[in-house]
Amino acid sequence: MSPLPTFSTMAPEAGLKKALSLSRPDIIEEVKNSGLKGRGGAGFPTGMKWNFAAAARAEEKFIICNADEGEPGTFKDRVILQEHADLVFEGMTIAGKAVGATQGILFLRGEYTYLRPHLEAVLAKRREQKFLGKQILGSDLEFDIRIFMGAGAYICGEETALIEALEGFRGEPRNRPPFPVNTGFLGRPSVVNNVETLASAACILQKGADWWKAMGTEKSSGFKIFSISGDCQKPGVYEFPMGITVAQLLKEVAGEGAKAVQVGGASGQCIPASQFERTIAFEDIPTGGSIIVFGQQRDMLDVLHNFLDFFVDESCGQCTPCRRGNVKLLEGVELLKEGQCSMAYLKELCALGETMQIASKCGLGQSSPSAFLSVVHNFRAEIMGRTPSHV
Amino acid sequence: MLMTDRERLAGEIQALAEKHGKGRTALIPMVQEIKRKYQKIDSFAMQVIADQLGIHPVEVYSVVSFYAFLGSEAHGKYIIRLCRTISCDMQGKEGVMRQLENDLGITFGKTTVDGKFSLEWANCMGMCDQGPAMLVNEKLYTRVTPEKIHEILEECRRSFGVHATEQKEVHLV
Repeated sequence: MSPLPTFSTMAPEAGLKKALSLSRPDIIEEVKNSGLKGRGGAGFPTGMKWNFAAAARAEEKFIICNADEGEPGTFKDRVILQEHADLVFEGMTIAGKAVGATQGILFLRGEYTYLRPHLEAVLAKRREQKFLGKQILGSDLEFDIRIFMGAGAYICGEETALIEALEGFRGEPRNRPPFPVNTGFLGRPSVVNNVETLASAACILQKGADWWKAMGTEKSSGFKIFSISGDCQKPGVYEFPMGITVAQLLKEVAGEGAKAVQVGGASGQCIPASQFERTIAFEDIPTGGSIIVFGQQRDMLDVLHNFLDFFVDESCGQCTPCRRGNVKLLEGVELLKEGQCSMAYLKELCALGETMQIASKCGLGQSSPSAFLSVVHNFRAEIMGRTPSHV
Repeated sequence: MLMTDRERLAGEIQALAEKHGKGRTALIPMVQEIKRKYQKIDSFAMQVIADQLGIHPVEVYSVVSFYAFLGSEAHGKYIIRLCRTISCDMQGKEGVMRQLENDLGITFGKTTVDGKFSLEWANCMGMCDQGPAMLVNEKLYTRVTPEKIHEILEECRRSFGVHATEQKEVHLV
Protein backbone atom coordinates (compact mmCIF):
# COMPACT_ATOMS: atom_id res chain seq x y z
CA MET A 1 0.00 0.00 0.00
CA SER A 2 1.41 3.36 -0.96
CA PRO A 3 1.78 5.94 1.80
CA LEU A 4 -0.53 8.93 1.63
CA PRO A 5 1.37 11.67 -0.22
CA THR A 6 0.45 14.75 1.77
CA PHE A 7 0.47 13.15 5.21
CA SER A 8 3.88 11.63 4.40
CA THR A 9 5.46 14.99 3.62
CA MET A 10 4.62 16.51 7.01
CA ALA A 11 7.58 17.32 9.24
CA PRO A 12 7.19 15.35 12.47
CA GLU A 13 5.61 17.35 15.29
CA ALA A 14 5.97 20.70 13.50
CA GLY A 15 2.24 21.33 13.99
CA LEU A 16 2.49 20.62 17.70
CA LYS A 17 5.52 22.90 18.10
CA LYS A 18 3.68 25.66 16.28
CA ALA A 19 0.62 25.16 18.48
CA LEU A 20 2.74 25.40 21.62
CA SER A 21 3.93 28.83 20.49
CA LEU A 22 0.37 30.07 19.88
CA SER A 23 -2.35 31.11 22.28
CA ARG A 24 -5.47 28.95 22.52
CA PRO A 25 -7.72 31.36 20.57
CA ASP A 26 -5.06 31.65 17.85
CA ILE A 27 -4.99 27.89 17.32
CA ILE A 28 -8.76 27.81 16.99
CA GLU A 29 -8.66 30.81 14.67
CA GLU A 30 -6.18 29.05 12.39
CA VAL A 31 -8.37 25.93 12.16
CA LYS A 32 -11.47 28.07 11.65
CA ASN A 33 -9.80 30.04 8.87
CA SER A 34 -8.81 26.88 7.07
CA GLY A 35 -12.48 25.94 6.69
CA LEU A 36 -11.71 22.35 7.74
CA LYS A 37 -14.91 20.33 8.02
CA GLY A 38 -15.40 17.01 9.83
CA ARG A 39 -13.97 14.17 7.78
CA GLY A 40 -16.22 11.46 9.22
CA GLY A 41 -19.01 12.42 6.86
CA ALA A 42 -21.18 14.93 8.69
CA GLY A 43 -18.94 17.85 7.75
CA PHE A 44 -19.33 20.05 10.83
CA PRO A 45 -16.74 22.87 10.88
CA THR A 46 -13.93 21.70 13.14
CA GLY A 47 -12.82 25.14 14.34
CA MET A 48 -16.33 25.92 15.48
CA LYS A 49 -16.54 22.64 17.40
CA TRP A 50 -13.24 23.37 19.15
CA ASN A 51 -14.40 26.86 19.94
CA PHE A 52 -17.62 25.68 21.60
CA ALA A 53 -15.68 23.25 23.77
CA ALA A 54 -13.04 25.86 24.58
CA ALA A 55 -15.74 28.29 25.68
CA ALA A 56 -17.44 25.76 27.94
CA ARG A 57 -16.42 26.03 31.59
CA ALA A 58 -15.63 22.79 33.36
CA GLU A 59 -13.07 21.15 35.64
CA GLU A 60 -12.10 18.65 32.98
CA LYS A 61 -12.62 18.28 29.25
CA PHE A 62 -12.00 15.46 26.82
CA ILE A 63 -10.68 15.07 23.29
CA ILE A 64 -12.15 11.93 21.76
CA CYS A 65 -10.87 10.52 18.51
CA ASN A 66 -13.58 8.61 16.70
CA ALA A 67 -11.92 5.54 15.16
CA ASP A 68 -15.15 3.57 14.99
CA GLU A 69 -14.96 3.50 11.23
CA GLY A 70 -17.93 1.33 10.30
CA GLU A 71 -19.54 2.84 7.21
CA PRO A 72 -19.59 0.18 4.49
CA GLY A 73 -16.79 0.84 2.04
CA THR A 74 -14.72 3.00 4.42
CA PHE A 75 -11.23 1.94 5.43
CA LYS A 76 -9.13 5.12 5.24
CA ASP A 77 -8.97 5.58 9.02
CA ARG A 78 -7.43 2.12 9.33
CA VAL A 79 -4.67 3.11 6.89
CA ILE A 80 -4.15 6.49 8.58
CA LEU A 81 -3.80 4.75 11.96
CA GLN A 82 -1.40 2.19 10.52
CA GLU A 83 0.83 4.67 8.74
CA HIS A 84 0.32 8.08 10.32
CA ALA A 85 -0.68 7.39 13.93
CA ASP A 86 1.74 10.07 15.13
CA LEU A 87 -0.05 12.70 13.09
CA VAL A 88 -3.41 11.70 14.61
CA PHE A 89 -2.05 11.84 18.17
CA GLU A 90 -0.36 15.15 17.37
CA GLY A 91 -3.74 16.49 16.22
CA MET A 92 -5.36 15.30 19.44
CA THR A 93 -2.67 17.01 21.51
CA ILE A 94 -3.15 20.26 19.58
CA ALA A 95 -6.90 19.99 20.14
CA GLY A 96 -6.17 19.38 23.83
CA LYS A 97 -4.27 22.63 24.06
CA ALA A 98 -6.85 24.58 22.04
CA VAL A 99 -9.79 23.37 24.12
CA GLY A 100 -8.07 23.13 27.49
CA ALA A 101 -8.38 19.37 27.85
CA THR A 102 -5.81 17.14 29.51
CA GLN A 103 -7.24 13.75 28.55
CA GLY A 104 -7.66 12.16 25.15
CA ILE A 105 -9.41 8.92 24.31
CA LEU A 106 -9.01 6.98 21.09
CA PHE A 107 -12.20 5.01 20.52
CA LEU A 108 -11.00 2.13 18.35
CA ARG A 109 -13.53 -0.21 16.81
CA GLY A 110 -13.41 -3.83 17.97
CA GLU A 111 -12.76 -5.04 14.42
CA TYR A 112 -9.43 -3.18 14.50
CA THR A 113 -8.16 -4.86 17.68
CA TYR A 114 -5.10 -6.01 15.71
CA LEU A 115 -4.00 -2.35 15.39
CA ARG A 116 -3.88 -1.85 19.13
CA PRO A 117 -0.33 -3.13 19.88
CA HIS A 118 1.06 -0.78 17.23
CA LEU A 119 -0.91 2.19 18.55
CA GLU A 120 0.07 1.49 22.17
CA ALA A 121 3.71 1.37 21.06
CA VAL A 122 3.35 4.74 19.30
CA LEU A 123 1.78 6.24 22.43
CA ALA A 124 4.55 4.84 24.65
CA LYS A 125 7.18 6.32 22.37
CA ARG A 126 5.45 9.69 22.38
CA ARG A 127 5.46 9.68 26.19
CA GLU A 128 9.18 8.96 26.15
CA GLN A 129 9.81 11.78 23.67
CA LYS A 130 7.79 14.18 25.81
CA PHE A 131 5.08 14.64 23.17
CA LEU A 132 2.60 13.36 25.73
CA GLY A 133 2.38 13.56 29.48
CA LYS A 134 3.17 16.45 31.78
CA GLN A 135 5.15 19.44 30.48
CA ILE A 136 5.02 18.51 26.83
CA LEU A 137 8.26 19.63 25.14
CA GLY A 138 9.11 21.66 28.21
CA SER A 139 5.94 23.76 28.08
CA ASP A 140 3.23 23.78 30.75
CA LEU A 141 0.91 21.74 28.52
CA GLU A 142 -0.35 18.46 29.98
CA PHE A 143 -2.10 15.87 27.82
CA ASP A 144 -2.28 12.09 27.60
CA ILE A 145 -4.16 9.59 25.46
CA ARG A 146 -5.65 6.20 26.23
CA ILE A 147 -7.30 3.65 23.98
CA PHE A 148 -10.83 2.36 24.47
CA MET A 149 -11.91 -0.67 22.46
CA GLY A 150 -15.34 -0.68 20.86
CA ALA A 151 -17.39 -3.84 21.04
CA GLY A 152 -18.88 -4.15 17.58
CA ALA A 153 -21.62 -1.61 16.89
CA TYR A 154 -21.86 0.61 13.79
CA ILE A 155 -24.05 3.04 15.70
CA CYS A 156 -21.13 3.95 17.99
CA GLY A 157 -19.73 6.01 15.13
CA GLU A 158 -22.47 8.48 16.08
CA GLU A 159 -20.81 10.75 18.64
CA THR A 160 -23.38 10.53 21.41
CA ALA A 161 -23.70 6.73 21.03
CA LEU A 162 -19.91 6.56 21.22
CA ILE A 163 -20.00 8.50 24.48
CA GLU A 164 -22.69 6.17 25.85
CA ALA A 165 -20.39 3.22 25.10
CA LEU A 166 -17.45 4.96 26.81
CA GLU A 167 -19.63 5.45 29.86
CA GLY A 168 -20.54 1.78 29.93
CA PHE A 169 -24.02 1.89 28.44
CA ARG A 170 -25.75 0.55 25.34
CA GLY A 171 -24.70 2.55 22.31
CA GLU A 172 -27.98 4.38 21.91
CA PRO A 173 -27.72 7.95 20.61
CA ARG A 174 -28.79 10.79 22.88
CA ASN A 175 -30.97 13.72 22.03
CA ARG A 176 -28.98 16.70 20.78
CA PRO A 177 -28.84 19.36 22.18
CA PRO A 178 -27.15 19.29 24.55
CA PHE A 179 -24.19 18.66 22.29
CA PRO A 180 -21.06 16.81 23.46
CA VAL A 181 -19.06 20.05 23.28
CA ASN A 182 -21.05 21.12 26.35
CA THR A 183 -22.28 17.88 27.89
CA GLY A 184 -20.21 14.97 26.64
CA PHE A 185 -18.28 12.14 28.29
CA LEU A 186 -19.22 12.02 32.01
CA GLY A 187 -21.18 15.21 31.45
CA ARG A 188 -18.00 17.14 30.64
CA PRO A 189 -17.33 19.18 27.50
CA SER A 190 -15.95 16.77 24.89
CA VAL A 191 -14.71 17.21 21.36
CA VAL A 192 -15.42 14.15 19.20
CA ASN A 193 -13.42 14.28 15.96
CA ASN A 194 -12.78 11.76 13.23
CA VAL A 195 -9.26 10.29 12.82
CA GLU A 196 -8.66 12.09 9.53
CA THR A 197 -9.99 15.41 10.89
CA LEU A 198 -7.39 15.38 13.68
CA ALA A 199 -4.56 14.42 11.34
CA SER A 200 -5.65 17.20 8.95
CA ALA A 201 -5.75 19.72 11.81
CA ALA A 202 -2.13 18.85 12.63
CA CYS A 203 -1.21 19.51 8.96
CA ILE A 204 -3.05 22.84 9.03
CA LEU A 205 -1.18 24.00 12.12
CA GLN A 206 2.10 23.16 10.43
CA LYS A 207 1.45 24.58 6.97
CA GLY A 208 -1.11 27.26 7.74
CA ALA A 209 -4.74 27.84 6.87
CA ASP A 210 -3.91 29.43 3.51
CA TRP A 211 -2.07 26.32 2.32
CA TRP A 212 -5.16 24.26 3.15
CA LYS A 213 -7.60 26.71 1.57
CA ALA A 214 -5.63 26.71 -1.68
CA MET A 215 -6.84 23.14 -2.23
CA GLY A 216 -10.37 21.98 -2.85
CA THR A 217 -13.38 24.22 -3.45
CA GLU A 218 -14.56 27.37 -1.72
CA LYS A 219 -17.02 25.56 0.53
CA SER A 220 -15.03 22.34 0.86
CA SER A 221 -11.42 23.24 1.41
CA GLY A 222 -8.42 20.98 1.48
CA PHE A 223 -7.77 17.43 0.40
CA LYS A 224 -9.59 14.32 1.49
CA ILE A 225 -8.69 10.67 1.90
CA PHE A 226 -10.94 8.32 -0.06
CA SER A 227 -11.53 4.60 0.38
CA ILE A 228 -12.31 3.13 -3.02
CA SER A 229 -13.52 -0.41 -3.53
CA GLY A 230 -15.79 -2.44 -5.77
CA ASP A 231 -15.58 -2.99 -9.51
CA CYS A 232 -12.38 -1.17 -10.44
CA GLN A 233 -8.84 -2.24 -11.31
CA LYS A 234 -7.07 -0.29 -8.57
CA PRO A 235 -9.06 -0.26 -5.34
CA GLY A 236 -7.40 1.28 -2.28
CA VAL A 237 -6.87 4.48 -0.33
CA TYR A 238 -6.43 7.69 -2.35
CA GLU A 239 -5.83 11.31 -1.58
CA PHE A 240 -7.64 13.87 -3.76
CA PRO A 241 -8.57 17.52 -3.39
CA MET A 242 -12.23 18.09 -2.58
CA GLY A 243 -14.32 18.93 -5.63
CA ILE A 244 -13.05 16.10 -7.81
CA THR A 245 -15.69 14.74 -10.18
CA VAL A 246 -16.90 11.16 -10.02
CA ALA A 247 -15.62 10.63 -13.58
CA GLN A 248 -12.08 11.83 -12.72
CA LEU A 249 -12.04 9.59 -9.71
CA LEU A 250 -13.14 6.55 -11.74
CA LYS A 251 -10.34 7.25 -14.21
CA GLU A 252 -7.75 7.25 -11.42
CA VAL A 253 -8.86 3.85 -10.13
CA ALA A 254 -9.45 2.35 -13.61
CA GLY A 255 -13.14 1.91 -13.04
CA GLU A 256 -14.43 3.56 -16.20
CA GLY A 257 -17.56 2.08 -17.67
CA ALA A 258 -19.17 1.72 -14.25
CA LYS A 259 -22.94 1.50 -14.03
CA ALA A 260 -23.18 3.45 -10.79
CA VAL A 261 -21.07 4.70 -7.91
CA GLN A 262 -22.14 4.66 -4.28
CA VAL A 263 -20.74 7.79 -2.65
CA GLY A 264 -20.80 7.99 1.15
CA GLY A 265 -21.24 4.31 1.90
CA ALA A 266 -24.50 2.51 2.58
CA SER A 267 -25.95 5.70 4.04
CA GLY A 268 -24.85 7.77 1.03
CA GLN A 269 -26.23 8.24 -2.45
CA CYS A 270 -26.16 5.99 -5.49
CA ILE A 271 -24.96 8.04 -8.47
CA PRO A 272 -25.87 6.73 -11.95
CA ALA A 273 -23.50 7.04 -14.92
CA SER A 274 -25.45 10.03 -16.28
CA GLN A 275 -24.37 12.10 -13.25
CA PHE A 276 -20.66 11.20 -13.19
CA GLU A 277 -19.76 14.84 -13.88
CA ARG A 278 -20.99 15.83 -10.42
CA THR A 279 -18.38 16.73 -7.84
CA ILE A 280 -17.54 15.21 -4.50
CA ALA A 281 -17.76 18.05 -2.01
CA PHE A 282 -20.02 19.10 0.83
CA GLU A 283 -22.01 21.35 -1.53
CA ASP A 284 -22.70 18.57 -4.07
CA ILE A 285 -22.20 14.93 -3.06
CA PRO A 286 -20.89 14.72 0.51
CA THR A 287 -18.93 11.72 1.74
CA GLY A 288 -16.89 10.49 4.65
CA GLY A 289 -14.64 8.97 2.01
CA SER A 290 -16.43 5.79 0.97
CA ILE A 291 -16.65 5.18 -2.78
CA ILE A 292 -18.02 1.86 -4.04
CA VAL A 293 -17.96 1.22 -7.77
CA PHE A 294 -20.66 -0.94 -9.36
CA GLY A 295 -19.92 -2.51 -12.74
CA GLN A 296 -22.50 -3.09 -15.46
CA GLN A 297 -23.12 -6.66 -14.26
CA ARG A 298 -24.40 -5.61 -10.82
CA ASP A 299 -28.06 -5.87 -9.92
CA MET A 300 -29.04 -2.71 -8.03
CA LEU A 301 -31.62 -4.63 -6.02
CA ASP A 302 -28.92 -7.00 -4.75
CA VAL A 303 -26.95 -3.92 -3.68
CA LEU A 304 -29.96 -2.46 -1.86
CA HIS A 305 -30.69 -5.82 -0.27
CA ASN A 306 -27.16 -5.90 1.13
CA PHE A 307 -27.38 -2.31 2.45
CA LEU A 308 -30.75 -2.82 4.10
CA ASP A 309 -29.65 -6.10 5.72
CA PHE A 310 -26.86 -4.03 7.19
CA PHE A 311 -29.15 -1.31 8.55
CA VAL A 312 -31.69 -3.77 9.95
CA ASP A 313 -28.82 -5.42 11.79
CA GLU A 314 -27.18 -2.22 12.98
CA SER A 315 -30.19 -0.09 13.94
CA CYS A 316 -29.99 0.36 17.71
CA GLY A 317 -33.76 -0.12 17.96
CA GLN A 318 -34.34 2.95 20.06
CA CYS A 319 -36.67 4.90 17.76
CA THR A 320 -39.51 3.45 15.70
CA PRO A 321 -38.90 5.04 12.26
CA CYS A 322 -35.47 3.44 12.07
CA ARG A 323 -36.24 0.17 13.85
CA ARG A 324 -39.32 -0.66 11.77
CA GLY A 325 -38.67 1.47 8.71
CA ASN A 326 -35.53 -0.37 7.65
CA VAL A 327 -37.33 -3.70 7.99
CA LYS A 328 -40.20 -2.47 5.79
CA LEU A 329 -37.76 -1.18 3.16
CA LEU A 330 -35.94 -4.52 3.19
CA GLU A 331 -39.22 -6.37 2.70
CA GLY A 332 -39.98 -3.96 -0.12
CA VAL A 333 -36.71 -4.85 -1.86
CA GLU A 334 -37.60 -8.54 -1.51
CA LEU A 335 -41.00 -7.85 -3.11
CA LEU A 336 -39.30 -5.98 -5.95
CA LYS A 337 -36.95 -8.90 -6.49
CA GLU A 338 -39.93 -11.22 -6.69
CA GLY A 339 -41.61 -8.86 -9.13
CA GLN A 340 -44.53 -8.40 -6.76
CA CYS A 341 -44.42 -4.72 -5.89
CA SER A 342 -47.13 -2.42 -7.23
CA MET A 343 -46.34 1.17 -8.13
CA ALA A 344 -48.72 2.30 -5.39
CA TYR A 345 -46.78 0.32 -2.78
CA LEU A 346 -43.44 1.50 -4.12
CA LYS A 347 -44.66 5.08 -3.67
CA GLU A 348 -45.68 4.27 -0.11
CA LEU A 349 -42.23 2.88 0.55
CA CYS A 350 -40.66 6.07 -0.79
CA ALA A 351 -42.94 8.12 1.46
CA LEU A 352 -41.85 5.93 4.37
CA GLY A 353 -38.22 6.58 3.45
CA GLU A 354 -38.82 10.32 3.48
CA THR A 355 -40.55 10.02 6.86
CA MET A 356 -37.54 8.16 8.23
CA GLN A 357 -35.27 10.95 7.01
CA ILE A 358 -37.09 13.53 9.08
CA ALA A 359 -38.41 11.48 12.02
CA SER A 360 -35.46 9.30 13.02
CA LYS A 361 -33.55 10.29 16.10
CA CYS A 362 -30.03 10.10 14.72
CA GLY A 363 -28.06 10.04 11.50
CA LEU A 364 -28.42 6.29 11.03
CA GLY A 365 -32.18 6.31 10.44
CA GLN A 366 -32.04 9.71 8.76
CA SER A 367 -29.64 8.49 6.11
CA SER A 368 -30.40 4.77 5.75
CA PRO A 369 -33.24 5.36 3.22
CA SER A 370 -30.98 7.45 0.91
CA ALA A 371 -29.70 4.50 -1.08
CA PHE A 372 -33.21 3.08 -1.48
CA LEU A 373 -34.61 6.40 -2.64
CA SER A 374 -31.78 7.09 -5.07
CA VAL A 375 -31.99 3.62 -6.63
CA VAL A 376 -35.76 3.91 -7.04
CA HIS A 377 -35.26 7.34 -8.57
CA ASN A 378 -32.41 6.49 -10.92
CA PHE A 379 -32.94 2.84 -11.81
CA ARG A 380 -36.72 2.51 -11.98
CA ALA A 381 -36.68 0.69 -15.32
CA GLU A 382 -34.37 -1.94 -13.90
CA ILE A 383 -36.23 -2.69 -10.69
CA MET A 384 -39.88 -2.83 -11.83
CA GLY A 385 -41.70 -5.82 -13.28
CA ARG A 386 -39.08 -8.44 -12.46
CA THR A 387 -39.50 -12.12 -13.16
CA PRO A 388 -38.63 -14.03 -9.98
CA SER A 389 -35.22 -15.69 -10.27
CA HIS A 390 -36.46 -19.14 -9.22
CA VAL A 391 -39.15 -19.44 -11.94
CA MET B 1 -7.17 -25.38 49.59
CA LEU B 2 -9.49 -26.22 46.76
CA MET B 3 -10.92 -23.34 44.87
CA THR B 4 -14.06 -23.73 42.80
CA ASP B 5 -14.33 -22.28 39.31
CA ARG B 6 -16.89 -19.81 40.57
CA GLU B 7 -14.64 -18.53 43.32
CA ARG B 8 -11.81 -18.14 40.90
CA LEU B 9 -13.98 -16.26 38.39
CA ALA B 10 -15.33 -14.02 41.16
CA GLY B 11 -11.76 -13.27 42.23
CA GLU B 12 -10.75 -12.40 38.70
CA ILE B 13 -13.71 -10.10 38.25
CA GLN B 14 -12.85 -8.35 41.49
CA ALA B 15 -9.28 -7.84 40.29
CA LEU B 16 -10.56 -6.47 36.98
CA ALA B 17 -12.81 -4.03 38.81
CA GLU B 18 -9.80 -2.79 40.79
CA LYS B 19 -7.77 -2.48 37.61
CA HIS B 20 -10.36 -0.53 35.62
CA GLY B 21 -11.71 1.56 38.49
CA LYS B 22 -14.98 0.59 40.06
CA GLY B 23 -17.18 2.91 38.04
CA ARG B 24 -19.66 2.21 35.30
CA THR B 25 -17.02 3.15 32.70
CA ALA B 26 -15.24 -0.09 33.65
CA LEU B 27 -18.13 -2.25 32.47
CA ILE B 28 -17.28 -2.78 28.80
CA PRO B 29 -13.52 -3.30 29.31
CA MET B 30 -14.28 -5.85 32.08
CA VAL B 31 -16.77 -7.76 29.96
CA GLN B 32 -14.30 -7.76 27.05
CA GLU B 33 -11.56 -9.32 29.17
CA ILE B 34 -13.80 -11.99 30.69
CA LYS B 35 -15.25 -12.86 27.31
CA ARG B 36 -11.81 -13.19 25.75
CA LYS B 37 -10.65 -15.57 28.47
CA TYR B 38 -13.77 -17.70 28.97
CA GLN B 39 -15.58 -17.31 25.62
CA LYS B 40 -18.80 -16.50 27.46
CA ILE B 41 -20.39 -14.26 30.07
CA ASP B 42 -22.80 -16.38 32.07
CA SER B 43 -25.40 -15.13 34.53
CA PHE B 44 -23.06 -15.75 37.46
CA ALA B 45 -20.36 -13.57 35.89
CA MET B 46 -22.90 -10.85 35.18
CA GLN B 47 -24.09 -10.97 38.79
CA VAL B 48 -20.54 -10.60 40.14
CA ILE B 49 -19.74 -7.76 37.73
CA ALA B 50 -22.95 -6.01 38.81
CA ASP B 51 -22.03 -6.41 42.50
CA GLN B 52 -18.56 -5.01 41.88
CA LEU B 53 -19.86 -1.97 40.02
CA GLY B 54 -22.87 -1.42 42.27
CA ILE B 55 -25.44 -1.76 39.50
CA HIS B 56 -28.31 -4.16 38.80
CA PRO B 57 -27.39 -7.33 36.86
CA VAL B 58 -29.97 -6.47 34.22
CA GLU B 59 -27.89 -3.39 33.43
CA VAL B 60 -24.96 -5.66 32.69
CA TYR B 61 -27.17 -7.90 30.56
CA SER B 62 -28.54 -4.94 28.60
CA VAL B 63 -25.02 -3.90 27.63
CA VAL B 64 -23.74 -7.42 26.98
CA SER B 65 -26.68 -8.17 24.68
CA PHE B 66 -26.35 -4.91 22.74
CA TYR B 67 -22.87 -5.32 21.26
CA ALA B 68 -22.01 -7.78 18.50
CA PHE B 69 -18.63 -8.67 20.06
CA LEU B 70 -20.03 -9.30 23.53
CA GLY B 71 -23.18 -11.44 23.92
CA SER B 72 -23.85 -13.78 26.82
CA GLU B 73 -23.95 -17.06 24.88
CA ALA B 74 -20.90 -19.31 24.77
CA HIS B 75 -18.86 -19.42 21.57
CA GLY B 76 -15.94 -21.48 20.39
CA LYS B 77 -12.25 -21.03 21.12
CA TYR B 78 -11.98 -19.47 17.68
CA ILE B 79 -14.69 -17.17 16.37
CA ILE B 80 -14.53 -16.86 12.62
CA ARG B 81 -16.19 -13.66 11.46
CA LEU B 82 -16.74 -13.34 7.74
CA CYS B 83 -17.54 -9.90 6.37
CA ARG B 84 -20.86 -9.86 4.53
CA THR B 85 -21.03 -6.21 3.51
CA ILE B 86 -21.22 -5.04 -0.07
CA SER B 87 -17.59 -5.00 -1.28
CA CYS B 88 -16.74 -8.39 0.24
CA ASP B 89 -20.08 -9.67 -1.05
CA MET B 90 -19.18 -8.59 -4.59
CA GLN B 91 -15.74 -10.21 -4.25
CA GLY B 92 -17.16 -13.65 -3.50
CA LYS B 93 -17.91 -14.03 0.21
CA GLU B 94 -20.64 -16.58 -0.72
CA GLY B 95 -18.13 -19.23 -1.80
CA VAL B 96 -16.03 -18.67 1.32
CA MET B 97 -19.16 -19.04 3.44
CA ARG B 98 -20.05 -22.37 1.81
CA GLN B 99 -16.57 -23.76 2.28
CA LEU B 100 -16.47 -22.73 5.95
CA GLU B 101 -19.82 -24.41 6.53
CA ASN B 102 -18.74 -27.54 4.67
CA ASP B 103 -15.39 -27.87 6.43
CA LEU B 104 -16.78 -27.27 9.92
CA GLY B 105 -20.14 -28.99 9.49
CA ILE B 106 -22.06 -26.12 11.03
CA THR B 107 -24.03 -23.18 9.69
CA PHE B 108 -23.38 -19.51 10.45
CA GLY B 109 -24.44 -18.52 13.95
CA LYS B 110 -23.47 -21.94 15.36
CA THR B 111 -20.57 -23.46 17.29
CA THR B 112 -19.00 -26.88 16.62
CA VAL B 113 -19.89 -29.54 19.22
CA ASP B 114 -16.28 -29.74 20.39
CA GLY B 115 -16.50 -26.05 21.28
CA LYS B 116 -13.58 -25.11 19.05
CA PHE B 117 -15.06 -23.00 16.27
CA SER B 118 -17.96 -20.58 15.88
CA LEU B 119 -19.09 -19.05 12.61
CA GLU B 120 -20.44 -15.52 12.68
CA TRP B 121 -21.20 -12.78 10.20
CA ALA B 122 -19.55 -9.43 10.55
CA ASN B 123 -20.67 -6.14 9.07
CA CYS B 124 -18.12 -4.09 7.14
CA MET B 125 -14.73 -4.66 8.78
CA GLY B 126 -12.88 -2.04 6.76
CA MET B 127 -10.98 -4.30 4.35
CA CYS B 128 -13.15 -3.51 1.33
CA ASP B 129 -10.21 -3.18 -1.07
CA GLN B 130 -8.87 -6.63 -0.14
CA GLY B 131 -12.00 -8.72 0.20
CA PRO B 132 -13.38 -11.16 1.02
CA ALA B 133 -12.11 -10.42 4.53
CA MET B 134 -12.35 -12.58 7.59
CA LEU B 135 -11.32 -12.27 11.25
CA VAL B 136 -10.29 -15.35 13.22
CA ASN B 137 -10.46 -14.01 16.76
CA GLU B 138 -8.27 -10.93 16.33
CA LYS B 139 -6.25 -12.16 13.36
CA LEU B 140 -7.13 -10.74 9.99
CA TYR B 141 -7.26 -12.66 6.70
CA THR B 142 -7.79 -10.88 3.39
CA ARG B 143 -8.51 -12.03 -0.17
CA VAL B 144 -9.80 -15.29 1.25
CA THR B 145 -10.79 -17.94 -1.27
CA PRO B 146 -12.63 -21.22 -0.63
CA GLU B 147 -9.46 -23.27 -1.18
CA LYS B 148 -7.58 -21.31 1.49
CA ILE B 149 -10.12 -22.20 4.19
CA HIS B 150 -8.66 -25.62 4.99
CA GLU B 151 -5.20 -24.25 5.78
CA ILE B 152 -6.62 -21.45 7.92
CA LEU B 153 -8.61 -23.96 9.98
CA GLU B 154 -5.57 -26.25 10.29
CA GLU B 155 -3.53 -23.31 11.56
CA CYS B 156 -6.09 -22.93 14.37
CA ARG B 157 -6.24 -26.67 15.05
CA ARG B 158 -2.48 -26.86 15.49
CA SER B 159 -2.83 -24.65 18.57
CA PHE B 160 -4.95 -27.35 20.23
CA GLY B 161 -2.02 -29.75 20.47
CA VAL B 162 -0.86 -32.94 18.78
CA HIS B 163 -4.00 -35.03 19.23
CA ALA B 164 -6.05 -32.71 17.06
CA THR B 165 -3.76 -32.98 14.05
CA GLU B 166 -2.41 -36.50 14.32
CA GLN B 167 -4.89 -37.69 11.72
CA LYS B 168 -2.88 -38.25 8.58
CA GLU B 169 -3.48 -35.66 5.92
CA VAL B 170 -4.69 -36.96 2.60
CA HIS B 171 -3.31 -34.74 -0.11
CA LEU B 172 -5.13 -33.74 -3.21
CA VAL B 173 -3.20 -34.23 -6.40
